[in-house]
Amino acid sequence: MLDLHGYGGSILSGAVITIEVALLSLIISMILGIATALAKLSKSTIAHGIAIVYTTVIRGIPDLVLMLLIFFGGQMLVNELAYMVGYEGYIDINPFVAGVLTIGFIFGAYMAETFRGAILSVDGGQLEAGRAYGMTGLQVFRRILFPQMMRHALPGFGNNWLVLLKTTALVSIIGLEDMVRVASLASGSTQKPFTFYLVVSVIFLVFTSISVGYLQWLERRYSASVRREA
Amino acid sequence: MSETAALEVRDLHKHFNELEVLRGVSLKAQKGEVISMIGSSGSGKSTFLRCINLLEIPTSGDIYVNGEKIAMKPGKRGVATPADQKQVERIRSKLSMVFQSFNLWSHMTIEENIIEAPMQVLKLSRKEALERARALMDKVGIYEKRAYYPGHMSGGQQQRAAIARALAMEPEVMLFDEPTSALDPELVSEVLKVMQDLAEEGRTMIVVTHEMAFARDVSNKVLFLHQGLIEEQGHPDTVFNNPESERLQQFLASSY
Ligand SMILES: Nc1ncnc2c1ncn2[C@@H]1O[C@H](COP(=O)(O)OP(=O)(O)O)[C@@H](O)[C@H]1O
Ligand SMILES: [Mg+2]
Repeated sequence: MLDLHGYGGSILSGAVITIEVALLSLIISMILGIATALAKLSKSTIAHGIAIVYTTVIRGIPDLVLMLLIFFGGQMLVNELAYMVGYEGYIDINPFVAGVLTIGFIFGAYMAETFRGAILSVDGGQLEAGRAYGMTGLQVFRRILFPQMMRHALPGFGNNWLVLLKTTALVSIIGLEDMVRVASLASGSTQKPFTFYLVVSVIFLVFTSISVGYLQWLERRYSASVRREA
Repeated sequence: MSETAALEVRDLHKHFNELEVLRGVSLKAQKGEVISMIGSSGSGKSTFLRCINLLEIPTSGDIYVNGEKIAMKPGKRGVATPADQKQVERIRSKLSMVFQSFNLWSHMTIEENIIEAPMQVLKLSRKEALERARALMDKVGIYEKRAYYPGHMSGGQQQRAAIARALAMEPEVMLFDEPTSALDPELVSEVLKVMQDLAEEGRTMIVVTHEMAFARDVSNKVLFLHQGLIEEQGHPDTVFNNPESERLQQFLASSY
């Protein structure tokens, strides 16, 4: 058995934090992604403009730089604002919240591109048929657009998710005790970096393999209507 | 006739930017009437149908469904918009449209396609919607195909399924936009047969079509649209046997 020098428990709770950060960021990135994709396709020039600026900025800057920028910039901004309204103390941003928001914000821009392409691939006549029978905009989205765009979005979505999951390692630099940070602390005090980073790698690999299996199942489900045998 | 018309359109105009596609079109359909609209490509037939259920917003003009006027209000830059989206949805649920390219929902089976709008829009229970759907699939002859996805069926079967989907709303008026134009010639008659049955059972139908025999034999009234205006209209016998306008004469000559 691998000797973890008593760090086994912390690595496990670090793994839980990694998953929590990843899943919460995923939810934020999906909401931002769909909203941005719809904004890009909308007739409103303002919505369109905001969406273009957002995706261009995010995709043009390295994730690590963005993470630091948003974390420290956000910290400064919050304190600046607090000072202006007369607050004297120092406000610390919770690194968990900051991490989730930053990663969600970054991946929202990547999801937007995936979803935009997927929305465009759905036959407009079918959406129109929904409206023609009196469905509300939300019903058309939920019942017709979303299930059909998912089939086209899933490959890109799956890819984004795998990258997102790995990007959570960045939250360790802003002080969140995810499994990468635990491994870094443990290697420092035990002088066994290989052991700890190996364990972390294996855990990541388990997470990504489970994801790939689940994504394949989803792809099969959403393509039921185009398979040969109905 | 003092009875309320199932559908009445008064002086409908529609511009696409500079292009004036409809230049004052009116139409009145009593309950049970079948009105065919003919005219060359680009004359505005589809635009007219799409304005009736507000898939396009008319630039001006009034639309009454069963006597209820669709309320419009002035919007941005003087362009009219529907005043009440709820009313638009309610009116649309009474006007079922059948499209040239079927537009069945490709991720649902035929049966799911037919129960979808009755459940979502009319709030029928799944059981009621299924009962309705099964009777209709039987009527249009696609009951055995109920578990198929649209992509696995012929064009004629898909269009019959689309007609069943439209009927499942129990609409006041059915709008057909060239329902047989996308079909292989040998599949046209199976769809026309279904439509003829609907006409005979007293459905109110507005049918844009290139099938002159259908227009002549099945409709109560024929409208000939030319460049956004009704050039000629009347009983099919008159329109087809004694066309007055030269354009209609030319159009008919080229359509046979
Ligand atoms: N959404 C649109 N935007 C701009 N022009 C349009 C639009 N829809 C139709 N048109 C134009 O309006 C005219 C009438 O089109 P349409 O109603 O489809 O004719 P028809 O159905 O009789 O063939 C055509 O010149 C067409 O190019
Ligand atoms: Mg047309």
